[in-house]
Amino acid sequence: MTRAHSDETVIEAVGLGRDFVLSEGPLLRRTRRTVSAVRDIDLTVRAGEIVGYLGPNGAGKSSTMKMLTGILTPTAGRLRVLGMEPSRERTRLAARIGVVFGQRTTLWWDLPLKDSLELTRHMYRVPAADHARRLAELTELLELGPFLRTPVRQLSLGQRMRGDLTAALLHGPRLLVLDEPTIGLDVVSKSTIREFLLRLNAEEGTTILLTTHDLGDVERLCERVVVIDHGSLAYDGGLDGLRAAVPTPRVLVVDLAEPAPPLEVAGARCVRTEGPRQWLELSDNPSVVIGRVAAGHDIADLTLQEPDIEGVVAALYRGTEPRPV
Amino acid sequence: MADLLPHTPDRPLERPARPVRTYVLLAWTWSRALAQYPASLALMTFGTSLGAVAEIFAVFVVFRHAGALDGFSLAEGLLIASLANLVFAAADMLMGMVEGLGQHIRSGSLDVMLVRPVSPLIQIATDRFALRRLGRVVPAAVVTGVALYHCDIAWTPGKVVMLPVLLVSGVAIAAAVWTASGCLQFFVADAREAANSLTYGGQALTEYPLSIYGKGVVYAVTFAVPLAFVGWQPVLYLLDRPDPTGLPDLLRHAPPFVAVLSCAAAALLWRLGLRHYRSTGS
Repeated sequence: MTRAHSDETVIEAVGLGRDFVLSEGPLLRRTRRTVSAVRDIDLTVRAGEIVGYLGPNGAGKSSTMKMLTGILTPTAGRLRVLGMEPSRERTRLAARIGVVFGQRTTLWWDLPLKDSLELTRHMYRVPAADHARRLAELTELLELGPFLRTPVRQLSLGQRMRGDLTAALLHGPRLLVLDEPTIGLDVVSKSTIREFLLRLNAEEGTTILLTTHDLGDVERLCERVVVIDHGSLAYDGGLDGLRAAVPTPRVLVVDLAEPAPPLEVAGARCVRTEGPRQWLELSDNPSVVIGRVAAGHDIADLTLQEPDIEGVVAALYRGTEPRPV
Repeated sequence: MADLLPHTPDRPLERPARPVRTYVLLAWTWSRALAQYPASLALMTFGTSLGAVAEIFAVFVVFRHAGALDGFSLAEGLLIASLANLVFAAADMLMGMVEGLGQHIRSGSLDVMLVRPVSPLIQIATDRFALRRLGRVVPAAVVTGVALYHCDIAWTPGKVVMLPVLLVSGVAIAAAVWTASGCLQFFVADAREAANSLTYGGQALTEYPLSIYGKGVVYAVTFAVPLAFVGWQPVLYLLDRPDPTGLPDLLRHAPPFVAVLSCAAAALLWRLGLRHYRSTGS
């Protein structure tokens, strides 16, 4: 993957925070409680990066996204997106960024996709000639042709998402913010969208920030991941570093010649058995452990499992070691 | 894809979009899209116009039976009713969709509007912009024309000039009331019903000479929710009639000023509401 990183800062957050005041109880004895949805987030994203913004539900992902796009006003810290303060310059910023919400469409249910995109054109004030050219290219890349004249409500989820992406990109945004862009999509649609995003990033240098629960998205798209938990940054760095940051033991899968009771070997802990197959969580060098197992049993086959990103992130959320599967 | 998305940041994006132009473009795109089902459009328009015709006909029946109401003849009564209908129908066409604000908040589509470079108020107002509402405007306009012809009006150049001014002011006032009552939904969930008592209720109220109501009602629609300036005061002006409710005759010259004030108040309320929404995130 070739990426054109530059020193230009696209997103800069310093000590970003957002509190909500909750009113509870009956009207007369109402108590007010302040809850921090996002706390003290420092984040710098440079032009050309693809950053995965991960975290469990309710961790503060959506609040952060809303602040980045200017929908929500922060209660603490400093935030700049493309050099603008989103909450004050929301409209100006909106003209320069593209936003896709995976859970809800930015298109209009009753209009054919083409008319929806025409409305979008007027809102972003894209000249008709530019619009026609870009629409033609995006139509080809995202294969919109067969359903351009179909009302949005009749589109499949995958088609709708491609339409939403088109609507978000027709004005040539420098930053694309995607909130769960592949949620609910089938494998083929997911793959189409991932490859398209990679191409967009590589050829146009479009900066992409995406939230997702799909670790396939992360592994395919993101060189850098930011993990947020309970409103605070839990991790910010490369995918490899994420694996290293959390002590995630490798697992040795041993197929014995005969079924046996769980193995008790130094440097390993049996976490699961299934007939002759046993899963050993390693705390020592694999070759040493293999030697010890081979000393007492006949081994039919061996595989070594690296921790997958899903386990790593889950471990980070829980603050504990991941359980092997 | 090399020239797919050239970054042209200094294109028109820097200039704020002109609101009226944007409104017209969006409304036009919606109208054209919805006109793709001509049979449906025709039926809906016809149905809508029946509503307006029925309302004016009800007034006709009342005056026909009573002969006159509080000194207002049949033609004068019809002028009041049709003018109120015309102005409210036009305001409904322009800003009526704002009453769907609560739905936009609940479904999250307001968030979607907020990430577009166009005022969300324009986006909501033009959402599903329906030409079928012309079905109310047209019959009301026709009856207004007929009533104006049959009323005993001493036309002066001033009145000829003022007629369109009064119409525009009325539409602006009604649209402002519509917008402001829609804004309540920023603060109170499900305020739509309460808002409707102002909008639709207000319209029903202004279809008759205000002098038939009590003083409290007259004061409320003059000084609180200025619906008296939509139809009632303009008609008093056109007919050169002293105000039977005892309020100063000077008020009949006020509609343009009331319109400006109402629009300013509605805009302020909208801004406050939007700020509230963006600071509570709910």
